[in-house]
Amino acid sequence: MKTVNHKGWYFVAPVLVLVAFNALIPMMTVVNYSVQETFGDNVFFWEGLTWFEQILRSDRFHAALGRQFMFTALILLIEVPLGIAIALSMPRKGFWVPVCLVTMALPMLIPWNVVGAMWNIFTLPDIGLLGYFLNHTLGINYDMTQDPVAAWVTIITMDVWHWTSLVVLLSYAGLVSIPDAYYQAAKIDGASNWAVFRFIQLPKMKNVLTIAILLRFMDSFNIYTEPFVLTGGGPGNSTTLLSIDLVKIALGQFDLGPAAAMSLIYFAITLLVSWLFYTLMTKDDQN
Amino acid sequence: MAKITLSKLRHSYYPNPKDPSDYALKEIDLEWTDGGAYALLGPSGCGKSTLLNIISGLLVPSDGRILFDGNDVTDLAPDKRNIAQVFQFPVIYDTMTVYDNLAFPLRNRGRSEEIVHERVMAIAEMLEVTDMLQTRAAGLSPDNKQKISMGRGLVREDVNVVMFDEPLTVIDPHLKWKLRSKLKELHQRVKATMIYVTHDQTEALTFADQVVVMQEGEIVQIGTPVELFERPAHTFVGHFIGSPGMNVLPAELRGGVAYFGDSAVALEGPVQGQPAGNIEIGIRPEFVSLGDAGLPATVTKVSDIGRHIVVECQASGAKINAIIEGEAPSQGAEVNLVFDQSQTRLYVDGWIATQAQEAAA
Repeated sequence: MKTVNHKGWYFVAPVLVLVAFNALIPMMTVVNYSVQETFGDNVFFWEGLTWFEQILRSDRFHAALGRQFMFTALILLIEVPLGIAIALSMPRKGFWVPVCLVTMALPMLIPWNVVGAMWNIFTLPDIGLLGYFLNHTLGINYDMTQDPVAAWVTIITMDVWHWTSLVVLLSYAGLVSIPDAYYQAAKIDGASNWAVFRFIQLPKMKNVLTIAILLRFMDSFNIYTEPFVLTGGGPGNSTTLLSIDLVKIALGQFDLGPAAAMSLIYFAITLLVSWLFYTLMTKDDQN
Repeated sequence: MAKITLSKLRHSYYPNPKDPSDYALKEIDLEWTDGGAYALLGPSGCGKSTLLNIISGLLVPSDGRILFDGNDVTDLAPDKRNIAQVFQFPVIYDTMTVYDNLAFPLRNRGRSEEIVHERVMAIAEMLEVTDMLQTRAAGLSPDNKQKISMGRGLVREDVNVVMFDEPLTVIDPHLKWKLRSKLKELHQRVKATMIYVTHDQTEALTFADQVVVMQEGEIVQIGTPVELFERPAHTFVGHFIGSPGMNVLPAELRGGVAYFGDSAVALEGPVQGQPAGNIEIGIRPEFVSLGDAGLPATVTKVSDIGRHIVVECQASGAKINAIIEGEAPSQGAEVNLVFDQSQTRLYVDGWIATQAQEAAA
């Protein structure tokens, strides 16, 4: 017979308290706002699911959600293959390994709002290095404060610059963990470079890539600071991603109810996609 | 299948080796005949894996040539040499089925699917893995994975030599024995030259017709398992092979007679030349017995290891092991050790110096 001992819970208790204070309780206040209406003075009126309905039916939300998915899809499509390619071409041993690793890590060490400000200045048509070069040397009409396409190109480029390193470092970690014997066996088996990538490197990188994609999905789906500093959501609403829109509703218009409802929907989507992706990627291993 | 010749082979991992100690392999000359089963035996770091990687083409030697059937292959890439290698840790392609794993080397060489199917089925049958052909290779147990990596080597009909680099390291003890006999059986069936690298004497002695014993980048002895056991050419071989290893006792030569302490020890035959250097007597514990008269010694430890008893004795400041059967003396007892004369040899600076009895007679 198994003895049952619940004393283990005491050890978990401190973590539960911590999680309660930094996640559960703040989130419950959001839930609280999402079903009520307030006009200030701490007076609340019950609204039920009105805000949720309103958000889910609003064209503004649909548009922001569409832009959000487009942004995340684009950066994943660029950053993942690019990151793998860079990791593959990095040296595996010798003097250049630390040099490459540190260089790769540098963009990730820069605070997010600094990244936004840097790219903002960098791309200014009259004084920015890139903006001036494109407009005055190459003669391309580029101004991200006027042209939505230019704005999109800029925020995508900025994110690729900032975060491809994460994919590179994780892929690289996966690559260096492959024992030499695999490459030697592949050589003896007469495998082509493509076959080595397809049957050795990619399967061995699968776990770290799953994590990399998951992290990049969550981060890019919740991205706020960089596009906010860079474009402020403009021109017009063309780069107003979900989080920027949310802040506009919550702090710009002070519509706490709809903002809370939108936060919860936003959170649910992030969670759902992450869960689906992770489950699909790890399903294979269990069989 | 091919005869393998190694000629004046040397290898160093340093770009500009100067000292002999810079070399991982020091001047190897060796010839392996077609279809033989060979073992490279030696402790970790003795250069056996280096030698193997040079034969397979994963390493290019600093000096010397490798010939397969008289053709120089020193500069050929591994896939051009028609060799197969089985590594210490099973290398399998996780995402493929067992069938695709076995077919991989053939498909890479552009063989038609008919030939692929025929060869894969034949090899699968030989390895007794036919029932798992359609399963994903990732889920297999280590011994089956190792079988599959062997199979990938054997599936090619034109393979010159199959090399095994400590292939049983990660296999459970009770399966080691099974896989070892499978290997022996495979050797008899496919008749390819096989080279087996190991630091485990049992594996080497059971697998190979001929064992090459290496130490610090040098070959110390090449011989059949019996030769290595009975007449080690070097005290290292005596030590390394056998359990416990050969007794090596400090000795002196006075007027052609060997003395251990104050006792004269009769040798198997006359000593060659005028030996100078570090003189030692070597005798295997199997040939030391307890008698009424002989070298006086004190028993320090008795271990019963089942089939026989290992008696550890102390005599003139040296440790001597004896393997006996029957009644064991008690610890601390005074005994007399008798050396079998025909198995008592003299070593000078590690190398054998006595002539064998037949030669002397």
